[in-house]
Amino acid sequence: MTQWSGYLGLIVQGALVTIELTLMGSVLALIMAFLAGMGRLSRFFVLRALATAYIEFFRGTSIFVQLFFAYFVLPLVGLELTPLQAGVLALGLNVGAYAAEVVRGAIQSIGREQYEACIALNLGRWHGMRHVILPQALLVMLPTFGNNAIELLKATSVVSLISLADLTFQAQVVRAQTGNTMVPFATILVIYFILALLISWGVRSLERRMARGLDGVRV
Amino acid sequence: MSTTAPIIKVDAISKSFGAFKVLDGLSMQVMPREKLALIGPSGSGKTTILRILMTLERIDGGHIQIEGEQLYHMERNGQLLPADERHLTRMRQKIGMVFQLFNLFPHKSVIDNVTLAPMLTKGTPRAAAEKRAMELLDMVGMADKAKAMPAQLSGGQKQRVAIARALALQPKIMLFDEVTSALDPELVEEVLNVLWRLCAETDMTMLLVTHEMGFAHDFADRVLFFDRGRIVEEGKPDEIFRNPRQERTQGFLKKIIAAGHRV
Repeated sequence: MTQWSGYLGLIVQGALVTIELTLMGSVLALIMAFLAGMGRLSRFFVLRALATAYIEFFRGTSIFVQLFFAYFVLPLVGLELTPLQAGVLALGLNVGAYAAEVVRGAIQSIGREQYEACIALNLGRWHGMRHVILPQALLVMLPTFGNNAIELLKATSVVSLISLADLTFQAQVVRAQTGNTMVPFATILVIYFILALLISWGVRSLERRMARGLDGVRV
Repeated sequence: MSTTAPIIKVDAISKSFGAFKVLDGLSMQVMPREKLALIGPSGSGKTTILRILMTLERIDGGHIQIEGEQLYHMERNGQLLPADERHLTRMRQKIGMVFQLFNLFPHKSVIDNVTLAPMLTKGTPRAAAEKRAMELLDMVGMADKAKAMPAQLSGGQKQRVAIARALALQPKIMLFDEVTSALDPELVEEVLNVLWRLCAETDMTMLLVTHEMGFAHDFADRVLFFDRGRIVEEGKPDEIFRNPRQERTQGFLKKIIAAGHRV
């Protein structure tokens, strides 16, 4: 009979790495999403071009290749990254490219009358964006951001290929050592699912909090 | 004739949307404190002139002066150059606008809607901005709803908040674009009452695009009848409504009366 309790420790360690990657990757993705999403709406051609190039490139190439590039190719030009850094970089840039389009779409979904009210109140572009457009657009972005975060969580499993000891990596360790495939992979399947549920639940409650008052229901 | 200079001077402006010429060499002048009603069939350009004055639309040709200063041009070394954003920002301080569909910020409470612009554009401290906002909300009869969200208000209440919001920046010129058109009939009165109050308590110049002919008649010092991008007829309300000289004005008023509007 295999001593599963020892292996459970490995899985928990893997889960912590996966969570760390997801959180750090999401932060980078969020930053990139706003930079590139707003860049695409910029008045300046150079910013629009940069943002478009970033989005198309990172959406159009495989995250697997991006990760290998970050980990194995960048050192050749003198940029040495730890597996965690390479993982966060690839995941953040990749998912950020998808989320940038969410940011752009949400900003454009805010009605023209809101922009016109900003002009009539002389708010200026920055104040109008910061205080009027973005707070409303954020609510539009949130559900899709939740999707993006789950995508990112699932994509973290590719980092096992550059020997970062995440959930998937540890499941393979357990499988190699015990010869049992079913137990470790069934376990991490459930753990991934629970993590994804936590993300949906978190995003939904955030959504509810932000939508308070908008629908005329008493706050 | 008074010798004061006009506060708004529109000189031969034109504006097209694609092939459709909305304004065609339009000229008009508005005196300080004047209450002007702009009437006419839809598509006649009356809303467009308000939007142009608010810099929501640009002109294709012509000139506009506000208090003797060019709106869309800057004078540099005796030359007229297209205005930059800084010039427009400075000019917009003189002008406020209230929209047909209120355009309140739905994510901000009533009082925050009113205080936002003064705090951001004039650097008014929050306490002072809120004190002023409460005075304005009191003036439009909305002080008791200061903490409410826009979605909790009726159309008439929203419009009164929108008026308070525009007043908070203390514009010299106020533009009202069909401010009662989107309201249920029983809510029109409360908004018109606020306009009467503004008329009595402030010395703002007011331009109204309206379909409330009765109100236009009672309220305005002068009525402009627009058709096809031009002012076809203008005069004192009594002249326009009782004895319109132009055939198109007569036809328009006949239709309006047939539709059940009081004149």
